[in-house]
Amino acid sequence: MQKIYNKIIQISGNVVVLSATGIRYGELAVIKSERGDSFAEVIRIDGKLVYLQVFAGSGGVSTGDEVRFLGKQMEVSFSDNLLGRVFDGTGRPRDGGPTLTKNLIEIGGPTVNPAKRLIPSNMIHTGIPMIDLFNSLVESQKISIFTTSGEPYNELLARVALQAKVDIIILGGMGLRYDDYLFLKNTLESEGSLSRSILYVHTAADPVVECIMVPDISLTIAENFALHGKKVLVLLTDMKNFCDALKEIAITMEQVPSNRGYPGDLYSQLAARYEKAVDFEDAGSVTILSVTTMPGNDVTHPVPDNTGYITEGQYYLNNGRIEPFGSLSRLKQFVNKNTRDDHRPLMDAMVQLYAYYQEVLEKKAMGFRMTRSDNRFLKYGILFERNLMDLSVDISLEKALDTGWRILSECFDPEETGIRTELIKKFWPKKKQ
Amino acid sequence: MKNTGKIVGINKNMITVEFEGNVKQNEVAYAVLGESRLKTEVIRIKRNRADLQVFEDTRGLKMDDVVEFTGELLSVELGPGLLGQLYDGLQNPLHKLAGELGFFLQRGKHINALPEDTKWEFTPCVKPGDKLQAADAVGTVKEGIFTHRIMVPFHLSDRYEVVDIAESNKYSVKEQVALIKDKRGSLIPLSMMFEWPIRSPVTLYRERLDPAEPLITRIRIIDTLFPVAKGGTYCIPGPFGAGKTVLQQITSRNAKVDIVIVAACGERAGEVVETIKEFPKIIDPFTGRSLMERTIIVCNTSSMPVAAREASVYTAITMAEYYRQMGLDVLILADSTSRWAQAMRERSSRLEEIPGEEAFPAYLESTIAGFYERSGLVRLRDGSTGSITIGGTVSPAGGNFEEPVTQATLKVVGAFHGLSQERSDARHYPAIDPLDSWSKYTGIIDNQSRNHTVRLLSKAHEISQMMKVVGEEGITLDDYILYLKGEFFDNVYLQQNAFDSVDMATSEERQKKVFSIIKEIIDATLDLNSKDDARNFFNRSRQMFLDYNSSEWNSNDFFENERLIREWFHKYRKAGTEIETHIFRQALVESEMDSHFSRAKTAKTKKGERLTMVKEENAEDIQ
Repeated sequence: MQKIYNKIIQISGNVVVLSATGIRYGELAVIKSERGDSFAEVIRIDGKLVYLQVFAGSGGVSTGDEVRFLGKQMEVSFSDNLLGRVFDGTGRPRDGGPTLTKNLIEIGGPTVNPAKRLIPSNMIHTGIPMIDLFNSLVESQKISIFTTSGEPYNELLARVALQAKVDIIILGGMGLRYDDYLFLKNTLESEGSLSRSILYVHTAADPVVECIMVPDISLTIAENFALHGKKVLVLLTDMKNFCDALKEIAITMEQVPSNRGYPGDLYSQLAARYEKAVDFEDAGSVTILSVTTMPGNDVTHPVPDNTGYITEGQYYLNNGRIEPFGSLSRLKQFVNKNTRDDHRPLMDAMVQLYAYYQEVLEKKAMGFRMTRSDNRFLKYGILFERNLMDLSVDISLEKALDTGWRILSECFDPEETGIRTELIKKFWPKKKQ
Repeated sequence: MKNTGKIVGINKNMITVEFEGNVKQNEVAYAVLGESRLKTEVIRIKRNRADLQVFEDTRGLKMDDVVEFTGELLSVELGPGLLGQLYDGLQNPLHKLAGELGFFLQRGKHINALPEDTKWEFTPCVKPGDKLQAADAVGTVKEGIFTHRIMVPFHLSDRYEVVDIAESNKYSVKEQVALIKDKRGSLIPLSMMFEWPIRSPVTLYRERLDPAEPLITRIRIIDTLFPVAKGGTYCIPGPFGAGKTVLQQITSRNAKVDIVIVAACGERAGEVVETIKEFPKIIDPFTGRSLMERTIIVCNTSSMPVAAREASVYTAITMAEYYRQMGLDVLILADSTSRWAQAMRERSSRLEEIPGEEAFPAYLESTIAGFYERSGLVRLRDGSTGSITIGGTVSPAGGNFEEPVTQATLKVVGAFHGLSQERSDARHYPAIDPLDSWSKYTGIIDNQSRNHTVRLLSKAHEISQMMKVVGEEGITLDDYILYLKGEFFDNVYLQQNAFDSVDMATSEERQKKVFSIIKEIIDATLDLNSKDDARNFFNRSRQMFLDYNSSEWNSNDFFENERLIREWFHKYRKAGTEIETHIFRQALVESEMDSHFSRAKTAKTKKGERLTMVKEENAEDIQ
């Protein structure tokens, strides 16, 4: 049963209001305007007035346009045919391929029962030492890359996507520059990974409402693949744009803003998405790696701040490197106890020594005389940055651990490192005669 | 005849309903959506329209859908079988839901909180003719390690006489165990369970007492420097990544109380999972039983419905009040109260109320105060005492403690454990900042020693700041030793290794002992002639203490390590001249006047009364 109306009473921002009855909250409608058809969703009912959020924006919508209610909620097609395809924020093909209409599922389903969650236990290897060695990425983790505009975060995402040993990659792009979209797509294509990827891309030029749909669609599809036993990695870039879209709509709806114009439910909105990361017993998993750009590198900005409270850690990408300080994977202790017995102590020792190197640098900058031991630290810092921190380094965890030991042995005596004697005996590289 | 209404407006989780009969503020109503009934609560009434917050997703509701009012306030079930359970914010047992529904939660699904098929061994403690009133016991059952009192329901406000009482046998929670009659002679059957509205405090005790007895958390920095009292309140604010949740988890394991209720309110689901999966395996050293047997988890994680998050802290405290009524000590750990406040903010914004600071509702402060005031040590009518202690984490936006939730909380708590990013970055766990935190309670160490050590830490901090500018060469040996003493105390006492099976929990006895040894070292004049000497002495001492900390209490290792420490210390101890002692004390006194510590304290009262008080304390110290 479809209801058709053609009297719009009010148009403001991306929201149109009309008088209608028997309409369900959350229901989808199609607005036929001279600029073409657009989906719209019911976001408020007030007596006979129905508020519709128009996905394509209200530009060109006339008060006499036809509004047809579909009697159902937003749905998206789910099947293996999705693999290798590129869609926009509402699930329409962006790659010229056929529209998928089979096996439709509702987006934004219910929450996973906490009693059914598992303690995470599998590491996702990325080949990036700053991740694998120092802040391991864990299956079913939700973690964000905190960075600023201009940093190579999409390159980092692409690298993780190419190297991570997962079954399916779902890329959700929000407010992407067209160049970035092409870069991500071409990288996946040229490395032969497109066939296991699905892209939902909203570019900066697309209507802002579609931006909000991207995480929901991506995660709904991911969840369903996971229920079918697949390990899914969802990459979301950039969540700041998602939050800005929320802000825009909240303000149009005349909601009271809470902090820097963002709506009061920003935390709940972000959590509803990020909490989709899960490990299903006897089935697959969803892991979320997102990008959050911080205006002015300010981590106290509401978007990174709320994100930090929700995600299980963050990687600080700064000056083209993942910083060892501040970066944190809250789940790493579940996996790094099972890798190699030197993983944890080596990780701790190297970070502490690197912290000391920073102090020495400060001391040097203030003009204090460098002692012999200070010079060792300077050497250590340089080797550490070159061989482990540099983003172009691409080695396995085993290799990264060995590299770590080699760096230590080139700079220090064993007792200076603060590592337990038994491990030193086992792993300290023997001096070449 | 059911009282019903019709939906006339929907805005996210808020519906507006037109009704004809009478509607009560905060009563529960169900919105009928096909087969399912969505639970809602009345939160505002205007003429013939009521605003209801819906505890579930509202998608699919439409105009004119029927809403059934129940006439009852939002309540929880109280009775044997609560312990060891995992509930959502509205007291639905999540394990049972998972058994029925699988991976996902489904809206409109309610399951009774108490298992109805479990039989409890009931022992009566009254006989026909006995006079009773609300909260008096009619009998007891064994619930795990506790004697669970079966009480006259709290809402029966009259005086009653026992007509009939069941004999010792096994009963399920809904079977009648007693029959009582009121003054007018009408009979009231009692089962082992009853309901109580979550927003009303239970006050069926004789008097509230001063919370004087410390609650031992076995975390040294808390018990020694910033103690918490049984029946008191405390808060843990900190930026993300500073270790709030880990601290709460450690407390939930180690705190010396009867029952722990964990209210995971709007936080990550993954964190609750750890507790759910680990607790049944951990054996409580005091009782020899699994920790789960003394724990209730109320979990409304961040992606679960916001309105239920708002209710979840009340669900938790109501269950706590029920167990307090049995003379037990209950600890509530609410993580995080900021998420709860945000839930209020979301609701307020949908009601289009005039916003206060940062869009929080104007009643934020009174609501927070009202929640914390439900804590307390009380004497019950039978003379026994029970207590509720509340520890809430706060997640201040941007890690800035000036924001409304932190400030509103600080006003009403008795202890403040501020976590700092710097300490957490430096891997100093627990990352409670000793220079920022405070406690109004008396702990296991006398207040003078407490203040004294805090002053030492603040002076050491000051010297370390100075060294950053002038280098190690730029300060005197005396100052350097003072600095090392502060570092030493921080390293071997305040920091605690949560992964070490011994160090993770330090008993009260042990804390007193170790603290007294350390205090001796700190107060002593040491025979150290150069900075290298001093550094070596403290490095070695530190190493010895770390070994000492991880050796089992009263084991051979323990005594051996202690002997080694004493021997080492006596080698360097020297009888300080009067002047040296004076200089040392003077140093600590000065630091009180101008250090960060005193600034933090005085900033809190703008009038400066606090400052004069602190000065007087010092004056006494010098004499």
